[in-house]
Amino acid sequence: MSPFTTWDIVRNLLLATQWTVLLSLIAFAGGAVVALAALLARTSRNRWARRGTVFYIELFQGTPLLMQLFLFFFGLSLLGLNVPPWLAAAVALILWTGAFLAEIWRGCVEAIPRGQWEASASLAQSYFEQMRYVILPQALRIAVPPTVGFSVQVVKATALTSIIGFVELSKASTMITNATFQPFVVYGFAALIYFALCWPLSKSSQLLERKLNVAHRRH
Amino acid sequence: MAVGLDFGALADYAPVFAKGVAVTCELTLVVGGLGLALGILCAWVRTQGPRVIRPFVSIYVELIRNTPFLIQLFFIFFGLPAVGVSLGEMEAAILAMVVNLGAYACEIIRAGIEATPRGQYEASASLAMSRLQTFRYVVLRPALQRIWPALTSQLVIVMFGSAVCSQIAVEDITFAANFIQSRNFRAFEAYIAATLLYLALALLLRQGMRMLALVLFPRRRAVR
Repeated sequence: MSPFTTWDIVRNLLLATQWTVLLSLIAFAGGAVVALAALLARTSRNRWARRGTVFYIELFQGTPLLMQLFLFFFGLSLLGLNVPPWLAAAVALILWTGAFLAEIWRGCVEAIPRGQWEASASLAQSYFEQMRYVILPQALRIAVPPTVGFSVQVVKATALTSIIGFVELSKASTMITNATFQPFVVYGFAALIYFALCWPLSKSSQLLERKLNVAHRRH
Repeated sequence: MAVGLDFGALADYAPVFAKGVAVTCELTLVVGGLGLALGILCAWVRTQGPRVIRPFVSIYVELIRNTPFLIQLFFIFFGLPAVGVSLGEMEAAILAMVVNLGAYACEIIRAGIEATPRGQYEASASLAMSRLQTFRYVVLRPALQRIWPALTSQLVIVMFGSAVCSQIAVEDITFAANFIQSRNFRAFEAYIAATLLYLALALLLRQGMRMLALVLFPRRRAVR
C-alpha cells in the first residue's frame, strides 16, 4: 500500500536523529556554561547573587519544560522578535539544563569538607582562587557520574521540542507516521534509537559511579 | 506587533482552566496511586521475587528510563491501535504515565529496600515469618519512608510530564492554555497562567505528600 520500505523509515529516522544529537549537545554545552555561572553565584558570598540564582533554579525546576518551550516560542514572538523553533528550543533547553546542572554541581561542591575552604582561606586565597585550585578539582571527581546521568534527561527532553515544531527524531516520527500509516513500526524504531542514544550514557554513569567510588574509598 | 500584557483577557476562560486543573489533578492522583503500586511490585520482583521474571522487569525498567515520555505516549496512543488495542486519549495517557512512573518508582523503591539492615531480615526470620510476610510487615514501610522525598520529586516530574498528554487531546492545563491562545491570541498570558498553575499544583502536591507521610509513617524510624 505504502511505497515506504522499513529501510526508508529507519533511514529517515536516522537522518532526523542528527538533529536530536546536535540539539542535545548544544543544550548540554550551553547548560554547562550557565550552570557554572549559576554555581558560582549560588555559592558566592553576595546574598543577592545567591537569592537570584535560587529564584532562577526554582523557576526552571518548578515548572514543566513544555511550558518553558511555549513561553519562549510564543512569548518572545509577541514581543516582536521572530523566534524560529530551533532558537526557542535551544534557549529553553539551555536554561532548563543549566538549572538542573547547577543544583547537581552545588551538591558536589558542598560535599567537599569545610576544612578545605578554611585551609585555602587561611592561605589568603580569594573566592575564585579557592574554587579554581582547591574546590572544583575535587568536586569535579564527584560530579562526573551524576552529570553523565543527567545527560540522559537532556536527550529525552529534546523530544519535547517537536511540539513547537523543531524537526528532530520525534517530529520526524510523527511526519513519517502521517505518510506511512505505520505508527507501531515508526514509534517503535524511534524508541529504539532513543534507547541506543541513552542507554550507553546511563550505563557509563553507573560504571563511573562505581569506579570513582572505589578510588575515593582508597584515599 | 508589540502588545502589552493583558491578563484580564483570560478572565472569560477561567472555566477552561478550571477543567484543565481538574484533569491534571485527576491524572496525577490516579497515576500516582497505580504507578506506586506497580513500582512496589517491580521493586519486589527485582529484589526478592522469582528469578525467572527478574530479567524482564530489568528490561522494562531500562527501556522506559532510556526513552522519552513523548515517544512512549505516542507509541501507546497511535501505535497500539495498529495491533488491535485501541484506547481513548484519557486511558492512553493514564496507561503511558503509569508505565512510566512504574519504572522510575521501581528503581527508587528498590534503593529503599536494599538499604534495609540485615538484622531486620534475621529478626523476622527468627519470628518464623515467611519471605512475603517479612516484605509486607517489616521491609516495605521503612523502605518507603527512606525514599519518600525522592518519590515525591518523581511524582512532581510525572505531573509536569502530564503536560505532554495535551498532545493527544487530553484536556489538561496545557490543553486549556493552547485552546485559549488559539482563541484570543494571548499566548504569553495563557502560558504564564498555565505555568503558575503548575507551580501552585507542584507546591500543593509536595505538601500533600508530606501530610501523607505523616499518616503512613506515624512513628519515626528507629534503625537507620
